[in-house]
Amino acid sequence: MTSGADSPPRSDFFRASLLPTITRYLATILLAFVLFGIILWLSGRNPFESYQHIFQSALGSSYGFSEVLVAMTPMLITAVAVAFPARVGLINVGVEGQLYMGALFATWGALTFPGLPAWILLPSMVGLGVLGGALWAFIPGYLKSIGLVNETITSLLLNSVAPSIVSFFVFGFWHAPRDTNITANFVPAGRLPTFFGTRIDLSFLIALGLLVVFWLFMKYTRWGLEMRAIGGNPPAARRNGIPLQLYLVVTMAIGGGVAGLAGTAQVSGYYGLLLSNFSNGLGFMGFLISWLAAGDPLGIFLIAFVVAVITTGGNLLQLTQGLPYAVINILLAFTLFIVLARPNFLSREKRS
Amino acid sequence: MTLLALLGVISSAIYSGTSLLYTTLGEVIDERSGIVNLGLEGVLLVSAALGFAVTKQTGNPYAGILAAILAGGGMNLVLGYLVITRQANQLASGLALMFFGYGLSALIGNSYVGAKINPLPRYVLPGLSNLPLAYASLFKFDFLIILAVPMAFLVWWLLFRTRWGLGVRAVGENADTAFASGRNPQRIRYQALFVGGLLAGLGAAHLAIAYTMDWSEYMTAGRGFIAVALVIFSKWDPLRAIAGALLFSAAVAFQLLLQSAGVQVSPFLLNTIPYVLTILVLIAWGGHRNQSAPASLGRIYRGTE
Repeated sequence: MTSGADSPPRSDFFRASLLPTITRYLATILLAFVLFGIILWLSGRNPFESYQHIFQSALGSSYGFSEVLVAMTPMLITAVAVAFPARVGLINVGVEGQLYMGALFATWGALTFPGLPAWILLPSMVGLGVLGGALWAFIPGYLKSIGLVNETITSLLLNSVAPSIVSFFVFGFWHAPRDTNITANFVPAGRLPTFFGTRIDLSFLIALGLLVVFWLFMKYTRWGLEMRAIGGNPPAARRNGIPLQLYLVVTMAIGGGVAGLAGTAQVSGYYGLLLSNFSNGLGFMGFLISWLAAGDPLGIFLIAFVVAVITTGGNLLQLTQGLPYAVINILLAFTLFIVLARPNFLSREKRS
Repeated sequence: MTLLALLGVISSAIYSGTSLLYTTLGEVIDERSGIVNLGLEGVLLVSAALGFAVTKQTGNPYAGILAAILAGGGMNLVLGYLVITRQANQLASGLALMFFGYGLSALIGNSYVGAKINPLPRYVLPGLSNLPLAYASLFKFDFLIILAVPMAFLVWWLLFRTRWGLGVRAVGENADTAFASGRNPQRIRYQALFVGGLLAGLGAAHLAIAYTMDWSEYMTAGRGFIAVALVIFSKWDPLRAIAGALLFSAAVAFQLLLQSAGVQVSPFLLNTIPYVLTILVLIAWGGHRNQSAPASLGRIYRGTE
């Protein structure tokens, strides 16, 4: 559908010194908050009070801050799931589906082998989750590599299939005796350990590790170099003897595997069970974050943090202002719109 | 299984497929001009919420439909500003629009959850008024259902038999060439997006005002994405879109039929049929697909410098 040609150059992020970048980010967010404030004001709420609540809840208490990190975790992982295949020019909009398949496979492990000790069960669940996501991403990757169907289209279509398959298993076989749409709680051995009495679990550290590994991999390994070569100029890469088709299939599958890891983290860490339609756009959020950060690990971290502050604050908006939680999506969308539209007074230099 | 039950299934499939046909037709126009609207889900939600709210406030379903249509056009213009004027990435902009729609529709619909409205009146098809009441009530359709298939022909005529449609398709194939032949690609894309948005709004209006007669958050339940899939399935052709919408309706009908016949087949697996079928069709076409997709779909037109 599209080529990677219209994404901003990757070096954009580091080219200038850090200060103008931070100013730009802050100005973007400020503008979004002003616009959303107008919406709040129009719907009869006090925007200043709302913002005070949002920031106090998200950044003013250690509990609120821990919730921000919890919300951030799946965004970091799904963003890597998009950013990795993007380096060879693949557009993975199928993270949503791959996440569901990962959660499905991991849940199968947790429900089938409840007797295993944690040090066997947890790694197996992670392995299964990665496998599930990778298999789901293999389909579009393979179809793309043999030149049959564009990966954007297939991965998008498979997004709609995966949640149905999860629902099929949950409603049909796995639901808890008194429920229809959720499984029983996983055994403690199937839960990711949490820290400091908060809901931050091991997957947060895994996500950070993943970002570092992603950065090192692209910068220092032969495979990373070859991937960048393919992303830059596929015909030239092929003439230099890089196995193009193999790279397309494998990078897409790895991206799917990472998405499957995010799904595993959601069921094993955040929820502790599998419920139908649990994601509600996490995969799409990952796509947006990765795209806004132009696939840069540090950028992914910063943008995911901002998005997490906004969405965490939404919970409080619901409590104190009587607005539906979904309304926070407006604030999120304004931020995204402003970044996408790159208004002239925010751009650092003339766009080429 | 009685005839009555069978007809009931067909009737409900028609009701659920109508909004999808309008939405798909709208997306066909968007994509023919070279723009993928991945935020269709958000467009539908805002149109449905506003249409429902206006219907409730005025008591007039036609006012609600008008509001929904204009909301659809307006939402698509937001996308247009991002991808045409500001030349942002289409997929990312579409997803941002989707999140915007989630939020805005929740805000608009907040005080209308569970509200009762004056639904769109339904008419008995001419010639069927002699049927027994139970049968006739199944074939009472509102005017949006009756106009759905003619609308597909109208869109086909618009795209393939008018100067404007030629311009839209030319821009979708190659904006630079269209520019060279004296057309304004940016203006044409704005027009196509607006018209496509009007149609999506019509689909959302049917969903909220005529079919469910209800508002709830995320009520479109993925219809936007189904429409994007159906556009591909129908090879960017408005007439094939009828077949696409029928396919989806048939899957719904089949599901209801099996349930009423007491056969236990998971509705969730049946839900996947349209998508799996679309993928299989794409594989079967293989390389031919390149000839049917608008050539510069998703590309940014940066103008000539």
